[in-house]
Amino acid sequence: MTTKLFGTKVPRVEDQRFLRGQGRYVDDLLTDDPRLLHAAVLRSPHAHARITDIDVADVLDVEGVLAVWTYDDLVDAMAEPLPLLIPHPTLTHGRTQYALAKDEVNYVGEAIAFVVAVDRYVAEDAVARIRVSYDYLQPVVGIAAARAADRLVHDDVPGNVGARMEQENGDARAAIADAPHTLTLELDVERSACTPMEGRGTVARWDPDTSRLTVWSSTQTSTGVRGCVAAKLGLDLAKVDVITPDVGGGFGVKINHPWPEELLVPLAAMTLGRPVKFTEDRREHFISSAHERAQVHHVEVGFDDDGRVLGLNVEFWHDHGAYTPYGLIVPIITSTQLLGPYKPLNYRVVFESLYTNTVIVTPYRGAGRPQGCFVMERTMDAISAYLGKDRTEVRSTNFIQPDEFPYEHGLVFQDGRPLTYDSGDYPASLAKLKALVGWDEFEDFRAEMAEQGRRVGIGLACYVEGTGVGPYEGAHVHIETSGKVKVATGLTTQGQGHQTAFAQIVADTLGVRFEDVEITTGDTRKMPYAVGTFASRAAVMSGSAIHLASLRAREKALRIAAEALEASEDDLEIADGVVTVRGTDASIDLGTVAVLSNPLRYAFDEASKAATQFSVGDPGKPPVAEDDEPGLEGKDFYSPERSTFANGMHAVIVETDPDTAEITILKYAVVHDCGHLINPMIVEGQIHGGVAQGVGGALYERMAYDESGQLLNASFMDFLMPYVTEVPKTIDIDHLETPSPLNPLGIKGAGEAGVIPSAAVFAAAIEDAEGFPITAMPISPSELFALRLEHADVPAEAIAEETR
Amino acid sequence: MKPAPFAFLRPAALEEALAALAREPGAKVLAGGQSLVPLLSMRLAAPSMLVDINALPDLGHVSVDAAGVRIGALARHAHVLASAEAAEVQPLLAMALSHVAHPTIRNRGTTVGSLVHADAAAEMPMVLRLLEGSVDVASVRGRRTVPAAELFAGPLESTLAHDEIAVEAFFPALPAGAGVAFAEIARRHGDYALVGVAAMVETEGGEVVRARLGYVSVSDVPVVVDVTDALDDPAGKALADLEPAEDIHATAAYRAHLVKVLTPRVLADAIHHARQKTAQRKKS
Repeated sequence: MTTKLFGTKVPRVEDQRFLRGQGRYVDDLLTDDPRLLHAAVLRSPHAHARITDIDVADVLDVEGVLAVWTYDDLVDAMAEPLPLLIPHPTLTHGRTQYALAKDEVNYVGEAIAFVVAVDRYVAEDAVARIRVSYDYLQPVVGIAAARAADRLVHDDVPGNVGARMEQENGDARAAIADAPHTLTLELDVERSACTPMEGRGTVARWDPDTSRLTVWSSTQTSTGVRGCVAAKLGLDLAKVDVITPDVGGGFGVKINHPWPEELLVPLAAMTLGRPVKFTEDRREHFISSAHERAQVHHVEVGFDDDGRVLGLNVEFWHDHGAYTPYGLIVPIITSTQLLGPYKPLNYRVVFESLYTNTVIVTPYRGAGRPQGCFVMERTMDAISAYLGKDRTEVRSTNFIQPDEFPYEHGLVFQDGRPLTYDSGDYPASLAKLKALVGWDEFEDFRAEMAEQGRRVGIGLACYVEGTGVGPYEGAHVHIETSGKVKVATGLTTQGQGHQTAFAQIVADTLGVRFEDVEITTGDTRKMPYAVGTFASRAAVMSGSAIHLASLRAREKALRIAAEALEASEDDLEIADGVVTVRGTDASIDLGTVAVLSNPLRYAFDEASKAATQFSVGDPGKPPVAEDDEPGLEGKDFYSPERSTFANGMHAVIVETDPDTAEITILKYAVVHDCGHLINPMIVEGQIHGGVAQGVGGALYERMAYDESGQLLNASFMDFLMPYVTEVPKTIDIDHLETPSPLNPLGIKGAGEAGVIPSAAVFAAAIEDAEGFPITAMPISPSELFALRLEHADVPAEAIAEETR
Repeated sequence: MKPAPFAFLRPAALEEALAALAREPGAKVLAGGQSLVPLLSMRLAAPSMLVDINALPDLGHVSVDAAGVRIGALARHAHVLASAEAAEVQPLLAMALSHVAHPTIRNRGTTVGSLVHADAAAEMPMVLRLLEGSVDVASVRGRRTVPAAELFAGPLESTLAHDEIAVEAFFPALPAGAGVAFAEIARRHGDYALVGVAAMVETEGGEVVRARLGYVSVSDVPVVVDVTDALDDPAGKALADLEPAEDIHATAAYRAHLVKVLTPRVLADAIHHARQKTAQRKKS
């Protein structure tokens, strides 16, 4: 019997390639093709302006320039605004940009003109020679300015409000009014961004002989890009192939599509009859892809003497930037997922999604959850401080209990389905976390450190994450006559280890050797029906689909093998690619089964002779039965009724330097529950990466816009992504596995988990060290120093008093 | 992020490089390229020509004698940092260099290049100024020695003429009875300092007879402050000469605060270092 691979730490097969520099990314493609052309984009240097004239006369004089496009050169669907991908009834004033700006620009970085030249150097030289005349408009920068609405981003969007959405379960305001205790909090989270190592990139090749377009894009959805390219360029879907090669990270930003360049590159390739490449540079990525996180929250909470939340009323304002291509996904997630593992008796949430003259917002790993977790966990800490109770005790009081699943919140989630948690055991997770971080021993440690003149604090934060959102994913499993198994699933891969994790599922389900399985992702030629990789959904969706498709292939293999071995299917087992009659020597390998599955007229090698017309089949029946197909294949789709909810809890111990206000991480602990683990090493890798990104978001990274809408830190010199020296050397991880009942493997998503509680957990620990409330994140030493000055006259003991 | 067009010259002799600079007013010297190349790529600089000096002979040296350390224009930070002799003769070099960016940048970036880039947020210009070193520069008009006190004209601006190449820097040896120390606070390891402080003190019979402090990132040009007569409040004295400014990483008040935190620490470390050195000398 084959050893079960599901649940074991199988080393990632992709790492050999990646670590040896053999990855093939979009920018690596067609580099040997002398006909390849390169694109560069003229981007708005102003945050808000009307374009009165664009003069490209000097551009075509530049040697090596082939073409330049502005809005006036676009026709038909290309002249229409880019799609609003996820409409919502409350998004009453959704706006999207044009592929190239028409009349007005609304953020620094918005695409205005597109130049194609023999190389990127020449293309940039040409861009520098385009002359644009602007009428400057006052920009709207930041949530305060957007709310004040003294100026409008879009003239036809009153108050800069794109959407206002409200949900309520019970009567929160009445419950708060009647509650024995109440607190009010103002909580602020700043902008950050995904910043994957590889920026955006697209290559397109038009084959005039076959009228066929091939597009390679660094995207999280090749099927999405395909649909957009076909629609915008007026091509039949069947004429467009989109392939996602290796992708150097996405973290959410590459789920948005189509980017202007994803349409302009294919347009240029078709127009010029030569392949065209666009590779985004780092500055472009900062100013013309997408950001996230900026929200301001007002919280009112009413609770009893135990800290039980009787009513929670949250209002927040979400900065979605200049346009809304990705709809309201981020604020909807905040508004629903801030509940975490808790069950407030009454809950109301209302948000406004606001326009500003800054880069657009699309989901960034965590996608609104880090803000929601920050809001809820800060609230839990404030209640604990007010009541003088241990922070874990107040949380326990509010937990949904293990016997309450499925738990319905009475709200609608981001996928339009009811917000219903499928499984979890929050008390068990908390017990594990307390043990892992040493929660109960912390006061001794604090005293020990204080004796050395050192200041330390501990914090914890809990979250629940809806993962594996629909609508579906599919898989196709093909057992070749060699016995090798080729599997295709349509969603894309940007470093998650799908080659490994998916192959583990196939090997187990089908009974084949792991080495014989090859996974293809993100190639519309192999699997045209797919959604994409986002929302921690790949393992749940494609993993389940691959399992189901493997079962179908297995079923067929057993049927054919039973006939060949003259045995009952029930007596057969498959291991290491060989079908055996249990307890006998009688066997047939899957490669031979594959041969038999495909009746042949022509023998092309020794193996295929066995399937030719004089070798197999009952002469009285059609070679392929009416309800059958040739080939040993299985295809299936997985489409769940609703999302599955993973959860986790993080704790951190920090040291704050009493003199310099520097913040040092002493210990970081994670308890994580994503149901059954396919590959614990990959899950822990996801957690490590998420925590690192979370450390960045909490302590280092921010988008520093000035009043005029210029991004002051559009480089990795000034946007402080943490180095390996800034993230914890070790992260203590413990797993709990409460399987999901919603899919055949009992799995939940794990991709975003590590980053969600960061702002909350660091704020809690710093607050615990310093003795005054931390209400805005991220926080730098300079800001901590300012807070110390602000609170200098208030002794630490008085802080809790202060918040009453 | 591709540079604008420029001519490229990689001369094999210094005279050739100097002649090129003399005839091409828009030319820039390329050594390690760790500052220049990003400026080119972001099109913040667009020289008409790059004169790449990496093929010039005899400029890669780190020579040490009793007088001090002489560093050639092509000696990389990593090379200087690795020199045990240099660290022995002038310990402040290694103390400061370990804070210069990251190993990969130190492998390519040159110490002399950093000096003439004249960034007040960089460690080495301040160190040269504190140690009262100098830079030898060459041009078609001949050679001259520029004392550190006369090297820095303004933000990212040295007093070198356009056609001059800094060929060697001289960092004097640590005198008998002297000690040095260095500390800085940066947001991330290897980043430009929010504030950096170096101290050099000279002692006689264990008593401080001269104390000077150098600062990074709290002024437009490298600043050195003599605090010999202000040992009870060196930071107060220093702040009078410094101009801490606000940027996206820190407020001016925080920078001033860090000056107050780091100054007495670094000064005390330097005094300790001086006494340690004196004790070592007595032993040997």
